[in-house]
Amino acid sequence: MSGVRVLVGTRKGAFILTADGKRENWEVSGPHFGGWEIYHLKGSPADPNRLYASQTSGWFGQMIQRSDDGGRTWEPVGNKFVYDGVPGTHQWYDGTQHPWEFARVWHLEPSLTDPDTVYAGVEDAALFRSVDGGRTWEELSGLRRHASGPSWQPGAGGLCLHTIVLDPSRPGRMFIAISAAGVFRTDDGGETWKPINRGLKSEGIPDPDAEVGHCVHRIALHPSRPDVLFMQKHWDVMRSDDAGESWREVSGNLPSDFGFPIHVHAHEPDTVYVVPIKSDSEHYPPDGKLRVYRSRTGGNEWEALTRGLPQSDCYVNVLRDAMAVDALDSCGVYFGTTGGQVYASADAGDTWNAIVRDLPAVLSVEVQTLP
Amino acid sequence: MIRVELPAHLRTLARLDGEVELEVENPVTLRSVLDALEDRHPVLRGAIRDHVTLRRRPFLRFFACEQDLSHEPPETLLPDAVARGAEPFLIVGAMAGG
Repeated sequence: MSGVRVLVGTRKGAFILTADGKRENWEVSGPHFGGWEIYHLKGSPADPNRLYASQTSGWFGQMIQRSDDGGRTWEPVGNKFVYDGVPGTHQWYDGTQHPWEFARVWHLEPSLTDPDTVYAGVEDAALFRSVDGGRTWEELSGLRRHASGPSWQPGAGGLCLHTIVLDPSRPGRMFIAISAAGVFRTDDGGETWKPINRGLKSEGIPDPDAEVGHCVHRIALHPSRPDVLFMQKHWDVMRSDDAGESWREVSGNLPSDFGFPIHVHAHEPDTVYVVPIKSDSEHYPPDGKLRVYRSRTGGNEWEALTRGLPQSDCYVNVLRDAMAVDALDSCGVYFGTTGGQVYASADAGDTWNAIVRDLPAVLSVEVQTLP
Repeated sequence: MIRVELPAHLRTLARLDGEVELEVENPVTLRSVLDALEDRHPVLRGAIRDHVTLRRRPFLRFFACEQDLSHEPPETLLPDAVARGAEPFLIVGAMAGG
C-alpha cells in the first residue's frame, strides 16, 4: 500500500513522520541531529530513499547530511561552501556595502532525475550544486555575479536564497528567489540569470516597482503547467502566466495578503494554498485564527479552511518552507508551525488533524509519496 | 600523545565517546593539533575552523592548562603538559541559553 513520509526540519533537530495511504496513524521518528537547526530536508524525486538535510549551528557552522535508506541512517557529506572567486559585496541594511559571507544552507533541491545532483540555496545569497551526492559543492556564480548583485539587500532573516524551483519540462530552466532581491530565472542550467519581477510592487522600498529589491517569500508551480507561477511576496499574493515575465496580483479576498508559504495542489493546477499572517511585524494569524486559504480558481477567490485548526488564541507562524503536498489520489496538504505543530489534511484541506503538537519550532516540511 | 576534549555536538558528529588521542610530532602547536584532529576526523573540517581562512569559528574557544589560547597565532606552542598528554587541549563552545 502506498504511503507518505513527512520530513520536518525544526530549530532543534529533524523529525520523520510516516503513515500509510490513509494518513490516519502516524509514526514519529526523531529527533535526528538533536540540538541542531535543521533548515530543510528533502528527498530525491528519482530515488525516494535518498534524502538530504541542511544541519546548521551558530557554533559549528554548516553540515550536510545524506541518507540512502529513507532517513533511518545518515552520513555527513560535504560542508565546504566557498564562493567562486572574490565574492565582492552586497548592500547591508543601512545601505553600506558588506562582504558576501556564507552563513548557512536554507534550501536543498534535489534534481528531478539524478539522485546525486542537488542544488543548495544559501545565505548570503548564492546557488551551489553538487553532482556527487553532496560530497563536493560548486557555486553557480552567474547568479551572484549578476549586475544587480551589489544592490541586493538582506531581509530581516538575512540575504538568503530560500526557494529553488526546477522546471520539469525544460531541463535547463530553474527559478530561484532571494529575500530581498526577488525572483531570477535561468534557461541555461544556471550559467546566466534574468530578474523576473515585472509587475511586483513593494511599498517601503525606494522604487516600488524596481527590477530587483522585492522581498519574495516563496514561489510555486504545478509540474503540468510550469509557465504558471504563484508567489507569496512579503505583502501580496501574485501570479505569472508567462514563466515570470510579468506578474499580477491575485490576493483577492484574503484577510491579509502577508504570509510565507504558497503551494499548489498535486492534481489541480488552479488550486493554490496560502496561510495569511497579520503583518510583517505581527507574525501570527489574523484574529488568532489559524486558517489555510484555498483558491480553486488560480487566485483572487479564496476560501478559509478551518476544520480542525485552532480558531481562537492562536499566534503561531508558518514559515516559507513549512508547507507541502503529497501526490495521493486525494491530495494531502501539510504544514508546520513555529509552535511545533504539524497539521495534515488528507482531503485537500477540507479537514485537518495535528500529527504532532509539541515539536520544536518548525522550519520546513516536505512530503514524499511512497509507492 | 595529545588529548583533545571536544564539545558534545562535535563528539556526536565524529562518533566519539570521550577524548580524542592524537599523535602529533614536535613542535606541538595550535595548528598542528587542529590539523591532526581534522585529518583523523574529516567531518570536523569547517566545524572548528573556517575551511579557507582556517580562522577559529567565533563561538568556539581554545584552552590549555587554564590558559585561553583562542586569540593566539596558529604557531603558538601548546604547554608542555599538553604536549606530554598530562593535560588535555580543550575546544569549548560559548555558553548557550540564558
